[in-house]
Amino acid sequence: MLTESSDAVDGVPVRYAARPTSTSDVADVLRHTAAENLAVVARGSGSKLSWGRPPERADVLLDLSGLTGIVDHAAGDLVLRVRAGTPMSTVVDTLAPAGQRLALATRLAGQRGPLGGTVGGTIAANPPGPLRYAYGMVRDLLIGVTVVRADGAVAHSGGAVVKNVAGYDLGKLLCGSLGTLGIVTEAVFRLHPTPESTAVVAKTVGSGDEATRLAVAIRHSQVAPSGVELNWTGSGGTIAVLVEGVAGGIEARTDALVGLLGGDAEITALPDWWHEPVAGNTILRAAVAPTGLGALLDAMPDSAVARGCAGLGTVHIGLINPSADLIVTLRKVAQAHDGTVWVEQAPAAVRQAVDSFGPVPALSLMRRVKRQFDPDRRLSPGRFVGGI
Amino acid sequence: MTPRLSAVGQTLRDRLGAQRIVDDPTELETYACDGLANIRVRPGLVVLAENAADVAAAVGACADAGVPFVARGSGTGLSGGALPHAEGVLIVTARMRKIVAVDPDDGCAVVQPGVINLDVTRAAAPYGLHYAPDPSSQQICSIGGNVAENSGGAHCLKYGFTAHHVTGCSVVTPDGEQVRLGGRAAEYPGYDLLGAFIGSEGTLGITTEVTVRLTRDAESVRTLLAGFESTDDAGAAVSAIIGDGVVPAAIEMMDALAIEAAEAAVGCGYPAGAGAVLVVEIDGPLAEVEHTFAAVQEHCRACGAFEIRVAADDNERTLIWRGRKSAFAAVGRISPNYIVQDGVIPRTALPEVLRAMTELSAASGVRVANVFHAGDGNLHPLVLFDGRVEGAEERAEEVSGAILDLCIAHGGSITGEHGVGVDKAKHMPRMFTDDDLDTMQLVRCAFDPAGICNPGKVFPTPRLCGEVPRVHHAEETTPAEIF
Repeated sequence: MLTESSDAVDGVPVRYAARPTSTSDVADVLRHTAAENLAVVARGSGSKLSWGRPPERADVLLDLSGLTGIVDHAAGDLVLRVRAGTPMSTVVDTLAPAGQRLALATRLAGQRGPLGGTVGGTIAANPPGPLRYAYGMVRDLLIGVTVVRADGAVAHSGGAVVKNVAGYDLGKLLCGSLGTLGIVTEAVFRLHPTPESTAVVAKTVGSGDEATRLAVAIRHSQVAPSGVELNWTGSGGTIAVLVEGVAGGIEARTDALVGLLGGDAEITALPDWWHEPVAGNTILRAAVAPTGLGALLDAMPDSAVARGCAGLGTVHIGLINPSADLIVTLRKVAQAHDGTVWVEQAPAAVRQAVDSFGPVPALSLMRRVKRQFDPDRRLSPGRFVGGI
Repeated sequence: MTPRLSAVGQTLRDRLGAQRIVDDPTELETYACDGLANIRVRPGLVVLAENAADVAAAVGACADAGVPFVARGSGTGLSGGALPHAEGVLIVTARMRKIVAVDPDDGCAVVQPGVINLDVTRAAAPYGLHYAPDPSSQQICSIGGNVAENSGGAHCLKYGFTAHHVTGCSVVTPDGEQVRLGGRAAEYPGYDLLGAFIGSEGTLGITTEVTVRLTRDAESVRTLLAGFESTDDAGAAVSAIIGDGVVPAAIEMMDALAIEAAEAAVGCGYPAGAGAVLVVEIDGPLAEVEHTFAAVQEHCRACGAFEIRVAADDNERTLIWRGRKSAFAAVGRISPNYIVQDGVIPRTALPEVLRAMTELSAASGVRVANVFHAGDGNLHPLVLFDGRVEGAEERAEEVSGAILDLCIAHGGSITGEHGVGVDKAKHMPRMFTDDDLDTMQLVRCAFDPAGICNPGKVFPTPRLCGEVPRVHHAEETTPAEIF
């Protein structure tokens, strides 16, 4: 079941590895590690393994790259059941011929195309992407989940139907939990039809205030965009708006958008940065009330780059070896707009100098949830908020 | 009244004033049920909360004494989620009706839990915005109850449920602490406790303030009514529309018996002789809608629609919807009593399940009217009976249960929007394993280790929680003593 390993998780050495190929395999491994008091860190493609903080210990690397496959694509019901280790690119390839898509697009380093990583890693790390303005995040599209608990018990919540309020929604709790509550082995997603036609209108912006003003104008317009994205490079940037729909309706909407944005707004191809993560050895994730985005952008040094959803006030900020003071300053600006800034990835020196997650409301309640699911702290211990 | 409950009553009279406490038996009786009227329990005590501090005081007093409590908004829930506890406190949030803020530029509103769903939309209307989740009870149901039940509505097919439109909740947890989950920003670090809280049917705490996302009113809305010979034809039209990549704002179906009831009640003038009607609504940017709406009409015709009426204006649109929205109440015109069922099936299983329901009805002699959200497979069979006839209610209950069996057998759910409450707790093991239910209750144990928050709802068997954080009350709050 376990083989010796010299691998590492975010610099933390691993002792054993396991490569399960089914939910019951995962349950076997977790029952065994529970009996032996071994800590377990799950890995899909490894694209987001350095997110959060390094685990305190990682005795067993649970490699889920063998737990793959589409279990069921119910095209008529717009529902997909898929195993956790399945690459997101396989999901795209499976759905495309049916004219359907999982309306998530993510920005992952080292990955090309709109989707990188695996299904399980996408749930555990909850990476945002440019379609979130219209479609939300993983939590909004995940309708069912199979999870193996720290003690090896297998549990399901939700189901295979879009509308369902039977029982608690464990899927939402697992989204973004960085593997600290359980190991997701199978997921069911709501799908959407692939739009017949798409177009992008882009405009340069000269200040944070202008970016916010345009995003608000778009919110109040009748354009109904799928994405309202900002690419910020120092003291200015580009706002790009994705419009999707039937071919006959696109032109009227993009024309309206060009008029609304004014200036040098024009219809363009999808910008080359659309699916690319921001550059920098330190990646901050920021979310503020939408009208607070300008203040956050203006507080950034000229060397910083940012990319994200101007429409929702969420951006990734890329920096090189930032000082703790800078992160604390940005956090204060964000807090003034009911938001927060946290460290997604950074060199060890940065992560030691500043708390990665900052103040987290309801942290004690989160600790209580963790204690119920993983009382011995064996699932990715220390990776998450408050050292959970 | 138990000594503990009377102690809680005394504490709360002192702290909140006697006028906020209801303990007169006759008055208490008016709170004995919610929208599920056939199950009644008179609460031990009622607290009429005016603000978050009142709620925290009431919950805190209950926690200190180990007394169970239940939250209630407008009391319109259909699964008994707000059914009181005979020896507990019912905390009513209906008076907390302040709309704290409407912020069009951030696209959000902040409201107290007793605010009526439709009043949020009314407050947002001057800005061309609305609150998207629209349960049929939207004129009377409260936002707090919507959060508890993760309410949907006819338009959630396109726009999603309460969970997709609430970004923040201030919550009083079952130990009386006030915490904030989420806020105005789109995301926060940490576990998505807000996602777990919404739809937990009042078992994880009481919300005292809710931040909701507001949605832009659509530029254009087109609505049609299509008459079909049979539910099979109407079901085929639904599949054709969805299969074509259209995401309508709503697709609702009514069968012959439901049409008959609606005609009797509101004279909606639906096509004569129809075996089924579809109400299809398309909304969005004008250019988009015109194109899509034409395609929908073609699909309806190709699937055998013998009459299609397109609403020419808001008036006609309201007329089309009137029949649909009145359907539940209208069934009272053709049957003295009825059970409202709420089950979900994969949409593609619609024709098969409808046929099986027809057979079930024929074999049992129990009439079943069907009104449902066809786009997402959410069935609302109305099982008709005459309560004066010996055994009729039992037969109707059997048919209603058999319909849930059909839903489960087709990979669906025992509830799409009404919730589990007390009504369906016994059915949960048919859909979930012991480990599934046990794992869900880990969340419950984290929030409510003493098991005093809306006990007896959702789960058929309470889990004994391993941990009681309030050590000094440990001897009073062990679950074994409460149950």
